[in-house]
Amino acid sequence: MRRFRRHGHESQRDRLKQELFHFNKTVEHGFPHQPSALGYSPSLQLLAIGNRSGAIKLYGAPGVEFMGLHDENAAVTQVHFLPHQVELVTLLDDNSLHMWTLRAHKGLSELLEIGRFMLTGPPGAPPSVTRVTAVLAHSSGELLLLGTEGGHVFVVEVPGFRELEERNISLDQVSNRLVTSAQHTNLEHVEALQENPVNPNQVVIGYGRGLMIIWDLEKQRAIQHIPATQQLESVWWTEDGSYILSSHSDGSYCRWMVGAEDVNEEEEKSDIPYGHFPCKAISKIVQLPTEKGPPFLLFSGGMPRASYGDRHCITVIQNKTQVALDLTSRIIDFFVIRDGPKHTDPSALVVLVEEELVVIDLQTEGWPVIQTPYLVPLHSSAITCSHHISTIPIKLWERVIAAGELQNTHYSKKPWPITGGQNLAPDPPQRDLLLTGHEDGTVCFWDASGVCLYPMYKLSTAAVFHTDADPNDNMNQGTEGEWPPFRKVGCFDPYSDDPRLGIQKIHLCKYSGYLTVAGTAGQILVLELNDEAAEQTVEAKVVDLLQGQEGFRWKGHTRLDVREEPVLFPPGFQPFALVQCQPPAVVTALTLHSEWKLVAFGTSHGFGLYDYQQKNNVLIKCTLNPSDQLAMEGPLSRVKSIKKSLRQSFRRMRRSRVSLRKHHVNNAAKAELAEMELAPVQRKIEARSSDDSFTGLVRTLYFADTFLSDSSHNTPSLWAGTNGGCVFAFMLRLPPVEHRADEPVTAQPAKEIQLMHRAPVVGIVVLDGHGAPLPEPLEVAHDLARSPDLQGSHHLLVISEEQFKVFTLPKVSAKMKLKLTAVDGSRVRRVGVAWFGSSRSEDYGESGLVVLTNQGDLHVVSLPGVKMQVQYPCIRREDVSGIASCVFTKHGQGFYLISPSEFERFSLSTRHVVEPRCLVEVPLHSDNSTKHRPLHDGFSSAHGCVPSVCLSQCCRYLVVCRLSDCLCFLPEVLQEIQKSLEGDQTHVAGLKRTSFIGSFTEILFLT
Amino acid sequence: MVLPALLQPNSRLGSRMSKQQHYRTPLRLPDNVVEVKSKFEAEYRRFALKRNSPGDFQEFYRLLQTIHHIPGVDVLLGYADVHGDLLPINNDDNFLKAVSLASPLLRIIISKKEDEPGVFATNSLQRRKKGLGLTGLRTTVSGSAHSKNKPGLMIGLPQNFRQISSIIDVDILPETHRRVRLHKHGTNKPLGFYIRDGVSVRVTPQGVEKVPGVFISRLVRGGLAESTGLLGVNDEILEVNGIDVTGKSLDQVTDMMVANSHNLIVTVKPANQRNNVVHRGSKTSVGNCGSVGSVGSTGSTLSHDSPSPASQSNPITASNSIAEGDSDNEDDDRDLILENDCLTPFDSHHITNSNNTNLYDRDSPTSILHSTTVRTPLPQSISLPNSVGASLSDNSTTMSTLNGNTASSSHENMREDGNIITL
Repeated sequence: MRRFRRHGHESQRDRLKQELFHFNKTVEHGFPHQPSALGYSPSLQLLAIGNRSGAIKLYGAPGVEFMGLHDENAAVTQVHFLPHQVELVTLLDDNSLHMWTLRAHKGLSELLEIGRFMLTGPPGAPPSVTRVTAVLAHSSGELLLLGTEGGHVFVVEVPGFRELEERNISLDQVSNRLVTSAQHTNLEHVEALQENPVNPNQVVIGYGRGLMIIWDLEKQRAIQHIPATQQLESVWWTEDGSYILSSHSDGSYCRWMVGAEDVNEEEEKSDIPYGHFPCKAISKIVQLPTEKGPPFLLFSGGMPRASYGDRHCITVIQNKTQVALDLTSRIIDFFVIRDGPKHTDPSALVVLVEEELVVIDLQTEGWPVIQTPYLVPLHSSAITCSHHISTIPIKLWERVIAAGELQNTHYSKKPWPITGGQNLAPDPPQRDLLLTGHEDGTVCFWDASGVCLYPMYKLSTAAVFHTDADPNDNMNQGTEGEWPPFRKVGCFDPYSDDPRLGIQKIHLCKYSGYLTVAGTAGQILVLELNDEAAEQTVEAKVVDLLQGQEGFRWKGHTRLDVREEPVLFPPGFQPFALVQCQPPAVVTALTLHSEWKLVAFGTSHGFGLYDYQQKNNVLIKCTLNPSDQLAMEGPLSRVKSIKKSLRQSFRRMRRSRVSLRKHHVNNAAKAELAEMELAPVQRKIEARSSDDSFTGLVRTLYFADTFLSDSSHNTPSLWAGTNGGCVFAFMLRLPPVEHRADEPVTAQPAKEIQLMHRAPVVGIVVLDGHGAPLPEPLEVAHDLARSPDLQGSHHLLVISEEQFKVFTLPKVSAKMKLKLTAVDGSRVRRVGVAWFGSSRSEDYGESGLVVLTNQGDLHVVSLPGVKMQVQYPCIRREDVSGIASCVFTKHGQGFYLISPSEFERFSLSTRHVVEPRCLVEVPLHSDNSTKHRPLHDGFSSAHGCVPSVCLSQCCRYLVVCRLSDCLCFLPEVLQEIQKSLEGDQTHVAGLKRTSFIGSFTEILFLT
Repeated sequence: MVLPALLQPNSRLGSRMSKQQHYRTPLRLPDNVVEVKSKFEAEYRRFALKRNSPGDFQEFYRLLQTIHHIPGVDVLLGYADVHGDLLPINNDDNFLKAVSLASPLLRIIISKKEDEPGVFATNSLQRRKKGLGLTGLRTTVSGSAHSKNKPGLMIGLPQNFRQISSIIDVDILPETHRRVRLHKHGTNKPLGFYIRDGVSVRVTPQGVEKVPGVFISRLVRGGLAESTGLLGVNDEILEVNGIDVTGKSLDQVTDMMVANSHNLIVTVKPANQRNNVVHRGSKTSVGNCGSVGSVGSTGSTLSHDSPSPASQSNPITASNSIAEGDSDNEDDDRDLILENDCLTPFDSHHITNSNNTNLYDRDSPTSILHSTTVRTPLPQSISLPNSVGASLSDNSTTMSTLNGNTASSSHENMREDGNIITL
C-alpha cells in the first residue's frame, strides 16, 4: 500500500521535473576557434565563417546566427553563397563539397545540409586531377565551376550536384589553343575563377603559373589569353568588365585590358606597391568603383619581405590616401560591403583574421573601425576566470554602458553593416552581465542578456601597479611619413606584461556597484563605480596570512609593486582599497558583502576579512598545515616535478609506439588495449589525511546572516571551506550603522567542522526556514527578494567535492546527505544555486543546486532535500579547461569555454532559454534565374522556388506540399495563396489540425 | 623503587633503558616524557615514563603493582587509545605501542584478573612452556619473589582487537569472486595499494571477449591491503562498495575508492584462484571461511548483515544495501564539530593562534571519544573531568593562567598544555 502511494508520488515528481528542467546547448558566444574560410552573400547580407574543425557559422544582423557542423572533421577551406539564394557551398579539406540551405521551419530558419558531392575523375587518374582548388558559384545560381589541381575546370549543376561533363573545360582544350608552346608543358593548378560582372557567359580562369584565359561558357571556347609570367595569387574582374586585375607572388599586381578577340600581350599596367626590395605575395586584390570619385583598391599582403614580412596587412588605396591596416594575426580572407542607391559604393571592409573579425568603415574620414556586436574576441587576453550576475538593476546597467561608451570614442558611429535576417527572439527578460577576468589584469563586462555577447566596458587593474611595460609603448604608431603607412587595427593582444596581474576571482554587488577583483599575486582590489574621472592613491594593506608560522619559505613570485603616487582613473570602476596577501599566493576564494562593507579573501595559506569602509583587517586565519611544504613553497618549486612527469610521459609514448609497431595491430580498439597493457598508469588508493598537500587552501567563502550561537538571535557570520574538508565559521559583530565608520568590526570563531571524508569543500550555503537559500546582500533591501524566513530553523549545506551534506543550525549536527563520488566516481567541480521556474504554471518554481562534475555531467540537486533530480552529459570529460571555466547563472543557465575564444551557453531551465530565433528570407530578385529551374519532388526543395520562402508562421509544409502538387508552379499564384493563407491564420491552423487528425487515423488504420 | 629488571642482558630494550626513571609526576613535562595516569578500582596514580625507553612490559607491570600497592594481585592491564577504545597491554609490543601512541597522556586501567574471567586463556602457562611465547615476553627474572605472578603469554579475545578486514558475502558471490572489506578507521596503516587499467577476459555467448578492466597493480609493504592477505597484485576489481565499475575510468574508480576509504568494500576476482573456497557450507562455515587469513576476524558477526535469501539472487542489490546501511551507520555524524564555546576568540597574537590549531588537532580524538562513549567498550570508570565541552567552556581563563605559567615554554609545550585543557 505504502509502496503504491510512493510510486504515485514519484511519477508526479517526474512530471514536475519535466516541467522544471530541460537541457540544451543554445548558442556559442565569441569568436570561432581557428577560422579557415570566409564567405559573404550581398543579397542575404549574411556572413559565413568556416573553421578548421568543420563548423560553419552564419551571422547577419545582431541576434541572427546559425551554426552547422560537417560530419567530416575536416577544415572548411572555402565558403561560397549561391548568388541570390539561401544556399551555400562549402569545400572541405578532404575535397568534399557540401550544400547547405537555410530552411524555414515553424517560422524560424535553420541551417541544414542538403547535399554532398565529391568530384570523380576518370578511372586511373591521379587524385590531383579532381582536387578542387578554386570554386566559382556562377551568378545564374545553377552552375558551380570547380577548378582543380590538375588544371581542369569541372562544371557542376547545383543544388543537385550533377556533373555536366560536356561543359567541362579540360586542360587540353585550353592548351591546344596556346600560341606559345613554352607554357604548354605545365599550367599548374587553377588558382582563380572569376565571372565577368557584365557578361555571365564569360569567366576568367587563372592558372598557377600565371596564364589567364577568358572562357566563353556558351560557345565553349577561349576568347582571350592573358600571359602573365609571375606565379598567380588572385584575379579580379572590374565592375565594368573592361579590366582584369591579377596579383602575384612577387608582390606585384597587373591590370589587363579585356579587349577584342586578339590576344593582347602587353599588360596595361604593372606595379609593385611596396617595391624596390623583394616583397611578399599579394594574396587577394579587389578594385571597386565609387558612385562619384576614384575607385578603391584593396589588397592583402605585398609587404617588403625583409623588413615587414611578419606583418599581416591589408592595404586600402583611394585617390591619394593609402593605409596599410596592420592586423593582429594572419589574414584568412576579406570582402567589401557595398551600399548606396545602386549597391556599388564600398561602405565597409570586413577582414577575417585568425583571432578576430575587423570591420573598417570606408565612408567615414580616417576609416575608423566599426565595433562588432558579435564575434568579439573574448580572448584578446587569455581568460582566467568568469563571473555571472543576473538581473542587473537598470541604474547600474546604464552607468556601466555610459562608462563603456567613453572608452569607445575611437569607433565609427556607423551602424553595423551586416544586417541580414530578422531576429525574432523576444527581448531578453532581464539584464545579465558576464564578467571575464583576463591574464593582463583586465576585467571585461559583457552584455549576456541575449544571443549576442556584446562588450560593454573594460576595466584595467594594471594602472594600480608598477609594471615593466611603459603604457605609452604602443601608442606611437603611424608617425608622419612612415612607409608603408601602417595603422594598427584590432584588439587581439595575447601578450601580458606581467602574469601576476592576472585576475583570478571577481565579485560584483549589483545593487551598490562595489566590485572586488583578486589576482595571481595575492592582490585584492575593491572598486566602486564612479561616473567621473578621479585621481587618487590606492592604499595598500599587506596581510600576513602565515600568522607567524615558522620554518617556511615562499619561493614563488613576489608581491606587485604599488604605485604610491596618485593615479588618474577614468570614469567607471575605480579602485580605492587594496589588500596584498603575504605570501603572495594566488587568491583562491573571494566574496564581498556590500551591506556590511566587508570583503573576505582566501589563498592556499589562509583567509582574511577586510573592512573596506574603515580600510583595515578584521580577521586573519591561517589554515596551513604545518607539514604542508608544497603549499608554502609556491608555484616555482613544482617545475621540477613537471619536468619529471613530462619525461615519464614521453617515455611512455615511445614505449607504446614501439609496441604498436611490433604488434601490427590494425584494429583501433585493439591498439588501445595494447597500449593500456604496455603503458600502465597507476593510481594510488589512499584515504585522505590531514598531511596531504594544500589541505589549507581556502576553496570557498560565504557571508550569511544566520543563527550561529543560539536559535533566537541571528548574527552576521563568515564561513570558509578548505581543501582539506574543514569548515570554519566566524561570528561577526558589526557596529550599529551610525558608528560603522569608527567602531571596529570584530570576528569571533564560532564553529569548526572537519568533514570525515576530508574532500575539498567547494560550496557553503545557508538555507532559511523554508529551505530556500539566503538572499544576496541588499537584495531584500531593494525588494527584489523575499526576506529570509528567520522563524524556522536554518540549515547549513556544505558541498564538498564528494558529498552534499546538510547540517542543522545553530547546533551543528548532520541531518541529510547525498553522496556523489562514493556512488559513481565523479567529483563536484563547479556548483551554483539556481532558481527553476515551471514551464506550466507561472508562479511555481524551486531552488536547486546546479552541479558540474569532473566527468563533464551536469546534475540538478534539489534543495533542501539534497536529492538528485536530473543528470545530463554536457562536456567531454577530457576537456578539463572547459569544465574548469564553467560558470552558472542564477536562473539555470551556464557558460563554458569550448575554445580559448568561445563560450558555449547552455540552459537547464525550461523557462530561461536564450537561443537564436531568426528568419532569413530569400531576397526578391528581379533576375529570371528562378523561373526555369525544375522543381524537384518532395517538399525539401519545394520552398526553393517559392519567391518568399516564408509562407506563414505555421504548417507551411503541409499546405505548400499539397498546393504545389496540384497547382502549376507559377510564383505569382503561390504568392497569392500564401497571402490568403496568412490572412486567415485560423484557417491554416484548422487545416493543420485536420491533416494531423487525418494522418493519425491513417496510422491507426495501419496498426 | 629501583626495578630489578633494569639489567636484562637479553632484553631488547634493556640496553637502551635509562638509569633513572621519573616516578613523581612533574608539573611541567619535558618533551620526551610520557605522562601516565593509572587507575585501579577507585584509585588513581600519576607518574611519568621516558618516551624513548619506557622499559618492557614486565617492568611496567611490576611498577604498577608497586605504585598501586597491590603486590601479588593478578591484574589485567588495559589502556585507552586515541579512539577511546580500551585495548589490552599484555606484552612488550602492545606496551610500546601504547606508550608511543600516548599523546601525551597514557591512561591505564587495571582490573583484577578474577574480575574478568576468560580474558586470558586458561592454559597460558602451558603454552608458554611449549615455547609459543614471543621472545620479548620471556621473563628471565631470576629469584624473583613473585614467581607465581610471572605472566605468561597473554592473548586477548577477539573483542579486544579491532577488526581491520573481513571477507563478506561469501554465500551470495560466485566462487571465483571475493568481497573484501577493509576497515581503515582506527588503524594508522595506509590502505596501501595501487590500481591500474588492464584487459580482462570475459566469456560471452559470442566467445571470449577482451574488455577493459581495473586491476590491483601494487601493494604497499606494510599497508593494510598487504597485511590482510586478502588482496593481491593483478586481482581484478569488479565492484567498489557494491557498485559495478564496468565502464568506469581508472580515475573514477580511484575516486570511488578514496571516497569510501573509511569503509572500503572491494569485490575482486583474485588472480590466484587456488585459495578460493571450493564448496559452500552452512552459516557457521561461512564464518570460518571469513576468518581465514583475516586477523581476528569475526566473520559470523559480520555475515549477519548479509541480507535475506531473496536478495541472494541479485548480488548487486544485496551489496548495495550493505554498503548503504553500513555507511549510514558508520560514517554519519563522524564529522568533527567544534561548537563556539570550544573556540578561543580571535586575537591577532600568534600564541592564541597556535593554541587554536592545537585545540583543533588534539580535540579530534577527544570529541570522538566523547560522542562514541555509548558504543565503545570504554568503561565508565574512565572519568572524563565533567564533559569535554564543560571543561573547555572555561578554557579562556585556564588558558590564560597556563599561558602565564608557561610564558617561557616552547611551542611544543604549548601543545601539551592545550591538550590538558581539552581533557
